[in-house]
Amino acid sequence: MQTFGQQLINGLSLGSIYALLALGYTMVYGIIKLINFAHGDIYMLGAFWGYYVINGLHFNFILTLLSAMIFCAIIGVLIEYFAYRPLRNSPRITALITAIGVSFLLENGMTYLFSANARSFPQVLPTITYHVLGLRISNIQLIILGTACLLMILLELVIKQTKMGKAMRAVAVDPQAAQLVGINLNHTISFTFALGSAMAGAAGVLIGLYYNSIDPLMGMTPGIKAFVAAVIGGIGSVPGASLGGFLTGLLETGVQAIGLSAYKDAVVYFVLIVILLVLPAGIFGKKLKEKV
Amino acid sequence: MKANLKYNLAWLALMVAVFVLIDACEFFGIINSFIENMLVTIGINIILATGLNLIIGFSGQFSLGHAGFMAIGAYATGIITQNIATPLGFYLSMVVGIAIAMVAALIVGIPTLRLHGDYLAIATMGAAEIIRILINNFKITNGAAGLFNIPPLVTWATVYVLMCLTTIMTVNFIHSRRGRAVMAVREDEIAAEAMGINTTRWKLVAFVFGAGTAAIGGSLHAAYIQTIAPGDFNIMASIAILIIVVLGGVGSITGTFVAAIVLGALDTILQNFGTLRMIIYSLALILIMIFKPAGLLGNWEFSFKRLSQSRKKATVHD
Repeated sequence: MQTFGQQLINGLSLGSIYALLALGYTMVYGIIKLINFAHGDIYMLGAFWGYYVINGLHFNFILTLLSAMIFCAIIGVLIEYFAYRPLRNSPRITALITAIGVSFLLENGMTYLFSANARSFPQVLPTITYHVLGLRISNIQLIILGTACLLMILLELVIKQTKMGKAMRAVAVDPQAAQLVGINLNHTISFTFALGSAMAGAAGVLIGLYYNSIDPLMGMTPGIKAFVAAVIGGIGSVPGASLGGFLTGLLETGVQAIGLSAYKDAVVYFVLIVILLVLPAGIFGKKLKEKV
Repeated sequence: MKANLKYNLAWLALMVAVFVLIDACEFFGIINSFIENMLVTIGINIILATGLNLIIGFSGQFSLGHAGFMAIGAYATGIITQNIATPLGFYLSMVVGIAIAMVAALIVGIPTLRLHGDYLAIATMGAAEIIRILINNFKITNGAAGLFNIPPLVTWATVYVLMCLTTIMTVNFIHSRRGRAVMAVREDEIAAEAMGINTTRWKLVAFVFGAGTAAIGGSLHAAYIQTIAPGDFNIMASIAILIIVVLGGVGSITGTFVAAIVLGALDTILQNFGTLRMIIYSLALILIMIFKPAGLLGNWEFSFKRLSQSRKKATVHD
């Protein structure tokens, strides 16, 4: 029971990171049907930004998080403007290859500028471990979970309550019709990238605090996992991405806990395939009728 | 057969001419081991990318798991030729690899090919990762360390001949009745179904065929490079093959050849740039995609038949 509780807490902290990343994937996919392969690398940029502002400018946690989110939002909008916008009407596979190219560029650019070595993330918050009911919970885990949940609620509010959020939902349903009612397509897509990248930036700072180690290739595997999480939850759906992220995190730590850590990724992919076969559009995805 | 004899002979002549050319360059020392390595890599990439182009370009199914099937071929060769270190052992291992890869493709394909577009891509990617993780944990495959000291049973000539053979088989498949069925499924699944085509079956046929060619590429890779590790067959490896297909033009075998040669040459030239290499490579990729979204050749295909026919037309006009 105790191990179960402990793994639950570990899984939730990891899952909230995946959930934050999955949100960016799901929003971008929902709006322009592009698997944004560079998303994991934006998360890496967020972590590096955190590293430099804490070391160089001695920012505190809140300031680091906010500045990383703003920095990543700007990067996301720039990537969309220069790499994806010219390809908006091209075959989708072309845009996908471009996204992979952007991902390579960010990874290798960062390797070139800052070397491939892993570096330890400065501990801006002192780690305090609480012992509750025999479980070990660190304040970092609580902060990760709390920040992630807060950001998800904020995101949900932005999407459901603001005018821009309404525009985003309209473009996701039908870009042409959205333009007809006066929605500016370019602004809406830029805004989506900004929101998604800000989430990735926050996730980058949080993972730096949690794992203490960052390097230029850190975004690759979590990026793909987070995309898998978004697909499990139902791509295009915001609550689905959060649920998928938490599920993936819990699954991974669960498999690790029963001693099969070598197979943890295989189990995640296997569950993905099974879910796709049973629910082809993911857990919260909408099934669209095929028209002749 | 007879009607196309002239054109088939022209293709055969081209293949022999290129072989003789490479052989002559080798003889006169123009091709050093560095360039030979590049040529072999290009040949293997062409085999892999042609198979993937059949799946993506001709049957319209977006697969991101090609490296998984390549890994099966590579490990079959690695394990068998370490025990039977003869050319016969190599060909036996290749056949075994192809068979296992095809069975794996059937197991993966029957459930997942019901999915569409990006969902299929993610499912095949997951399947390939599962194959890689299994290889990573099995004892017979020597785990994460991989296999080394695989006997060098492959020369550039083997790669060249097998590249020609797989291309001929793929192109013949595409131009056959089966190939037309596969392309009908790509164009419009519902219309194809209405014409009486068993869509699932033809999608599966293309997928399994592609997996078989991937295993050939993997076998050659293992026997030429002589060391393999599970890390060589990760998602990035699948993506590298996908890049060749898309860069050349989805649905153009000629394009696949051109892209594989261009990328292979680019890679060799960029070796001198050290760490800048991948930055230039990724920038080149982004720029080519932005300025040539349909790939270098689109779906244009080189054909001796069309060449001679257009020449005939030109003479008539004169």
